[in-house]
Amino acid sequence: MVAIQVDGLSKTFGETTAVDDLSFRVEDGELFGLLGPNGAGKSTLINMLVTLLRPSSGTATVNGHDIIEETAAVRNSLGIVFQEPALDEELTGEENLTFHAQLYGQHKADRDERIDEVFELVGLEAERDDPVGSYSGGMKRRLEIGRGLLHEPSVLFLDEPTVGLDARTRRDTWEYIQRMNDEAGVSIVLTSHYIEEAEQLCDRVAIVDDGEIAAIDTPAALKDSLGGDVVILEVDGSLSSFCSRLDACPWVMEYTTSPTQVRITVEHGETRIADLVRLADETGVAIASVDIHKPNLETVFLSLTGATIAERESNSSGDANDSALEGIHPSTTADRHASTTPEDDE
Amino acid sequence: MNLIDPRSIYALWRRDVTRFVRTPSRIIGSISMPLLFLVFLGFGFSDAAIPGLPADVDYLQYLVPGMVGFTMLFGSSFAGLSILSDQDVGFLKEILVAPVSRTSIVLGRIAGGSTTALVQAVLILVLSVPLGFRFDSLLLLPLAAVFLVLIAVTFVGFGVALASQFSDSEGFGLIIQFVIFPLFFLSGALYPVESLPDPIRILAFMNPLTYGVDGLRAVLVGSAAYPLFLDFGALVVSSVLMVAIGTYLFERVEAV
Repeated sequence: MVAIQVDGLSKTFGETTAVDDLSFRVEDGELFGLLGPNGAGKSTLINMLVTLLRPSSGTATVNGHDIIEETAAVRNSLGIVFQEPALDEELTGEENLTFHAQLYGQHKADRDERIDEVFELVGLEAERDDPVGSYSGGMKRRLEIGRGLLHEPSVLFLDEPTVGLDARTRRDTWEYIQRMNDEAGVSIVLTSHYIEEAEQLCDRVAIVDDGEIAAIDTPAALKDSLGGDVVILEVDGSLSSFCSRLDACPWVMEYTTSPTQVRITVEHGETRIADLVRLADETGVAIASVDIHKPNLETVFLSLTGATIAERESNSSGDANDSALEGIHPSTTADRHASTTPEDDE
Repeated sequence: MNLIDPRSIYALWRRDVTRFVRTPSRIIGSISMPLLFLVFLGFGFSDAAIPGLPADVDYLQYLVPGMVGFTMLFGSSFAGLSILSDQDVGFLKEILVAPVSRTSIVLGRIAGGSTTALVQAVLILVLSVPLGFRFDSLLLLPLAAVFLVLIAVTFVGFGVALASQFSDSEGFGLIIQFVIFPLFFLSGALYPVESLPDPIRILAFMNPLTYGVDGLRAVLVGSAAYPLFLDFGALVVSSVLMVAIGTYLFERVEAV
C-alpha cells in the first residue's frame, strides 16, 4: 500500500515556479521528511497534497485518492499540523478537539472515547478544560498533533512541526512524533529546515531545493553517498613511511596530507582510529590530536546544491514564512529562469 | 461531502456561541454603542420636530426599532467578517482542510452570527423599556423575531461576501466607515428616508436594512412607511441573495 504517490506535480505563482515537476512516493507507515530551506517549495507541496491549493499541473494521490478529483476522500484520509498554529485560543483544549471531531463527522459516542484517548496520547489530560490561550508553545503543538490524529487519518502531515519551539520542547516533540508513528502506525510526512530533525526522525528524506528534489533516500544512505568519514590527524614528524603504509591499507579510501595534518577518508571512521594510531606509532609519527568528521545531511545538502541551508535562506529575500508564497525564492529562481527574469542579480 | 452537513453547521454555531458567551466584555461592547445612541438621541431629540415623522409617534418610539436594526447590522456583519480574524489567527485553515463543503461552512457562520446578533438586539429591546419604550402589541413579537432573523441572515451573508474580498482584517476600519455606517444612515433608523434628496433616497430603497427597520417599526410600534408584505418580501429576497452571493464568493477563497 502506498500512502502518497506524487506524479509530476508543479505549482507556479505568476512567473515563479514554487514546485517544479516533482515525483516521489511515500510508503505506508513511513516517516518521510522533506528537508530544505524556507522557500524551497515544501509548504506549497504540502498545501497541494492536503487539497488547499490546486496544482498547476501533474497529480498525486493520498491513501489512493486523487487530490483533485476526490477531495473529500483525501481530506478524510489525512491530518495536518500547519506551520502556523491553527487553534481557537478562546476555546478549551477539549472544545477544540470536539469541534474538529464534529467537522470530521464523528458521532458523539465514538468522539468522547477518542478525545479521551488523544488527550492521554499527548499527555494533556490535566489541561483539557483550560483555554488554549493559556497553553505553552509546546503544549499547543502537542494538542495540534493530537488533533491531527483525532479522526484516525492514514497520513499525518507536519509542516515545520518544531519551528519556534525551544530546544527542550523540540526534543520532546520529536519523541511524540516518533511515538505517533510507532504506536498509531500512521504514515507521517514532515517538512523541516532543521538538519538534525530530518536526520533523527525520518526513515527517508527528500532533499528539496528550489522546488525540485535533489535526492531521496534514507539518512544513512544519503550520508554514505558522500563516501565515508574523514579522520583528521594533527601530526608531527616525517610522513613518508606513514603514507606508504596508508597506501597499503585496503580500507583507506583516500587521503591528503599537509606538513602538520593528514586527512583520511574511511568508512565507519570510529572503528579505524585505533588502527590509524597504531600505524602512526609504528612509523614514528607523533599525533597531536585526532578528529573525526562524519558527513551529516548538511554536508549532503551542500554537495548536492552547492550551498548550505543557511546560505540558501539568507539568499531569499522578504518574508520566507509567508505561507501563500512559501515557494518563492528570488535569487535562485532568477538563476534558473534567467530567460524569463530580467533582473538576474548574480 | 454533503452540500449541507448538519453536524458541521452545529459545530460552527456552537463555537460562535461559546466564544460569545465566554466574553462578557464583547457583549457589553456590542450593545454599548446602540444604547448610547438610544439614550442621547432619544432624549436629545425628544421634543424636536423631525420632518416626516408621523405625528402620533414620539422620537424614542421611532428610534428604538432603528437602533435594534443598527445592532443587527453591526452584529451580523461583524459575524460574517470574523472569517477574516479566523484567517489572521490561522484557524480558517483548520476549517477549510476539513471534509466539509463551503456551503455548510457559510451556513454555520450564518447560524452562529445570527444567534449572537439576535441576543444583542433582544438586549437592546429589553433595555429600551426602562428608557420609556412601549411595545405596540406583545402579540406581534413573534413577527418581530421573523424580521430580526431575516435581517441577520442578510447581513451575515453580506459580511461573508465582503470578507471573501479581503485577505486579512486590515481593511476592517475602511469597511466599517465606508460600507456599514452608510448602510445605517441610509436605512431610516434615525430619520425617515423620505426627507433625503432623490438620488440618495434611491440608495436607501436599495438598502435591505430600510425594509428591516420599517418592518420592525410596523410590528413593534405600529407605524410604518411601507406595507408589511413589501418589507417582508424585500428581506426574503435580500437574505436569499446575500447567502447565495456569500457562498459563491467564499467558494473562491484560496485557503493559503
